Amino acid sequence: MRIGIPRETRDGEKRVAATPEVAAEMQKLGFSVAVESGAGAGASFDDSAFREAGAEVVPDRQSLWSDSDIIVKVRAPEGDETELLRSGQVLVSFLWPAQNPDLLEQLAAKGVTTLAMDSIPRISRAQKMDALSSMANIAGYRAVIEAAQHFGRFFTGQITAAGKIPPAKVLVIGAGVAGLSAIGAARGMGAIVRAFDTRPEVKEQVESMDGEFLLLEFEEEGSGEGGYAKVMSEEFIKAEMALFAQQAEDVDIIITTALIPGKPAPELITSQMVESMRAGSVIVDLAAEQGGNCELTEPDKVVEKEGVTIIGYTDLPSRLAAQSSQLYGTNLRHLLTDMCPEKDGRLVVDMEDEVIRGATVVKDNEITWPPPAPKLSAAPAKAPPAPALKAPAPAVETKPSVLGPLLAFGVGALALLGLGSVAPPSFMAHFTVFVLACFVGYMVIWNVTPALHTPLMSVTNAISSIIIIGALMQISSPESTIMWIAGITVLITSINIAGGFAVTRRMLEMFRK
Amino acid sequence: MSGLVTVSYIGATILFILALGGLSHPETARRGNLYGITGMSIALLATVLGVVTAHLPLLLGGLVIGGAIGLILARRVQMTQMPELVAILHSLVGLAAVLVGFANFMDPAVVFTGVELTIHDIETYLGILIGAVTFSGSVIAFGKLSGKISGKPLTLPGRHWFNLGLLVITIYVAWQFVNESAAGEGLTPLLIMTGVALLFGVHMVMAIGGADMPVVVSMLNSYSGWAASATGFMLSNDLLIVTGALVGSSGAILSYIMCRAMNRKFIAVIAGGFGTAGSSAAVEGAEQGEVIAVDAAETANLLSGSKKIMIVPGYGMAVAQAQHIVCEITRVLRDKGIDVRFGIHPVAGRMPGHMNVLLAEARVPYDIVFEMDEINDDFPNIDVSIIIGANDIVNPSAQEEPDSPIAGMPVLEVWKGKTTIVLKRSMATGYAGVQNPLFFKENTRMLFGDARESLDAVLKEL
Repeated sequence: MRIGIPRETRDGEKRVAATPEVAAEMQKLGFSVAVESGAGAGASFDDSAFREAGAEVVPDRQSLWSDSDIIVKVRAPEGDETELLRSGQVLVSFLWPAQNPDLLEQLAAKGVTTLAMDSIPRISRAQKMDALSSMANIAGYRAVIEAAQHFGRFFTGQITAAGKIPPAKVLVIGAGVAGLSAIGAARGMGAIVRAFDTRPEVKEQVESMDGEFLLLEFEEEGSGEGGYAKVMSEEFIKAEMALFAQQAEDVDIIITTALIPGKPAPELITSQMVESMRAGSVIVDLAAEQGGNCELTEPDKVVEKEGVTIIGYTDLPSRLAAQSSQLYGTNLRHLLTDMCPEKDGRLVVDMEDEVIRGATVVKDNEITWPPPAPKLSAAPAKAPPAPALKAPAPAVETKPSVLGPLLAFGVGALALLGLGSVAPPSFMAHFTVFVLACFVGYMVIWNVTPALHTPLMSVTNAISSIIIIGALMQISSPESTIMWIAGITVLITSINIAGGFAVTRRMLEMFRK
Repeated sequence: MSGLVTVSYIGATILFILALGGLSHPETARRGNLYGITGMSIALLATVLGVVTAHLPLLLGGLVIGGAIGLILARRVQMTQMPELVAILHSLVGLAAVLVGFANFMDPAVVFTGVELTIHDIETYLGILIGAVTFSGSVIAFGKLSGKISGKPLTLPGRHWFNLGLLVITIYVAWQFVNESAAGEGLTPLLIMTGVALLFGVHMVMAIGGADMPVVVSMLNSYSGWAASATGFMLSNDLLIVTGALVGSSGAILSYIMCRAMNRKFIAVIAGGFGTAGSSAAVEGAEQGEVIAVDAAETANLLSGSKKIMIVPGYGMAVAQAQHIVCEITRVLRDKGIDVRFGIHPVAGRMPGHMNVLLAEARVPYDIVFEMDEINDDFPNIDVSIIIGANDIVNPSAQEEPDSPIAGMPVLEVWKGKTTIVLKRSMATGYAGVQNPLFFKENTRMLFGDARESLDAVLKEL
């Protein structure tokens, strides 16, 4: 089948659905690839690069759309693009089915099987195709770059001959993928970064990015289904707003990324808060497209209000076009790889596959959106706290003995003590020596480094052959049986003495720095 | 003269303690071994000069022939065969204890009466008993370790009753022996007891599985010490008592360390048959997932692209004889300025310290080889961990699944690192029969195949 990569038509959209590298990978799956001339120009991939990767460059837009079996795009089809699609084609792109019901109707009417990159379920297996995360990552990074550009000072603190420069303070609201990426980028530039999120389980992630997690003295679980946030109670929001108001007076840069799926973005930064910020501060509103987290945000524009720059760009990924094209293309390729299990260039829309089912919003002439809700959360939100680890009960449970041999020794000692009440002093003298020796052994052996446990065993083996003394005492016996038994004992213990010491020596020689 | 002998014995005792004390560090260990040799020589010399009055040629012949055999064994043995060698040497100590005990019993020169006779009888009896158990147990352990006997635990029906029966017989025969001995008899009960003890030793080790071998080997080590100690009591010889007690407590501590490393009760290990407590846990296999396989080239890429690498070897490395290639890879990576370290679990391999010896043989510097407790907190900083032929010792279910048969066992937390590469022949479960969720973690890559061949390929790519 033939994959067509058209040029994006939206004004200012610089991304392209596939890079030359991805186009080459697609061909390995058995597809042929056609690219509209100039499709990659905005992302710095020229036509010749695609040609080198084995793709056909088609100058004519009409024929690209009509001759391709699969159309891969970044943006949902707009304007005449819907007209160019024909029945039986497969379209893969961002689609936002919830916001574009009319488009779904049109596609279904035309019989275009459509996969929405934004509808891929958020499960572990599908992470490699999660274009939303890829784009959010880029948006978060770019948000910091935009903020830096409009912020009149350093991010990092310095002490110079000309005086002390305090580090910039950045507040990131919403610690999703974009938020975490922003935290990482801002930390990387040397700023002090604080982050807030309604989902307490992201605290660790924030801290892993070296950010400071702002805690609200309030008990409410903010995790919704699929790892997203949900709408919080009124009291919670009140407490939250108080926190933001207090932070606004202190920080230099606010980056907001708060989104709730299917709802307009929550308004978190009021005009009073903007007013309370220092002049020269910057707000980057990543939720501008969904109405904005800041009251004063104007989508797609940079505005200055009360001395504060408010950035409402909605095309941040497109402003890093080469990077986002590469990630988007790779996500797309992973999806195609899953849909082409035979690597024979034939696309299979397997509605049994949870990932493909979730992404498919139109199948032939039928709208298949929304899919059955995914049940897996990306974060282990409500997992019960791990119960204290219990040791499994062994089959034979006697008293809780720490150490079998010592227990045996204890029992033996008790028995011997019983004897001791009647035993002669000579025996008790030996017994004293024995007990003391056990304790000396105990003290000495705990100091042995675990690395030398094997030499320890071989050397104790050699030493325990001291039993040869017994044989030596017997060998002079006039009884020939005893003499011979003693002789054999001498023989075998000598093996042990020589072997034990020699092998220990050999091993210890090998331990070198 | 006897005063001089005693002084020599005291000297020997001190030297033995110094020998064991020296093992606290590889640097001092070589000197410690020399102390041990010196101590043994002093003790032998003093006894030969001070006690022996006749049959010198037999004595010297035994010493020379035995010593030669021992030296040859020590020179020929492969480092991977160390557990077998140690086991067979233990059996010799056990056998010697039995022989000395019998010889002492038969010696007409030894005369006691009254309570002293009873005590002496019990000492003799115990010495032979422990010696016989050590002997047969070590022989079976040798067989299992060298693969001559199947490593699977032999679980006879009603084996605990069987052991109990043997114990009852032993006690009854002891009583009979003490009675008969007073009348100048007693060889028959002694022989019966020896037979029973041999049978017990065989049965005990047969019931223990391959991965519990570190416990068995150290336990037999301990028994050989106690046997020497009991013989010392019998002969009223303090040198034997002290040395036996040193060795006995050494083995006991090792057994304890091994048991703790597996979070198992000593009694449970000795009772044998892993899994008798939690056979239901085999259902754990239900927690499946997708594994991500990699090839040698990608592994080499991952390795050369990282800053900190941890290598976790297990028994599989010994089986595949892969330690030399591991060392070679380590050298290449270290030359590139990559920080390579080894993490050793206490029960990795078939005897305490087995992995350390193998790595030392391959000339891995010991200062980059670390114990589990030293490096476990470090895993979050590790870029790539390589697991070579290990399974249960890196199984996260020991911490995450309270129902798992290995729950609570301390494990190396490799999954906390950025990437884990597992070298494995197939997807078979580990010794404990527990599925390892590590293999299904997102940051785990599987490199299937024989460890040595895989590593060879990786080395070529590097």
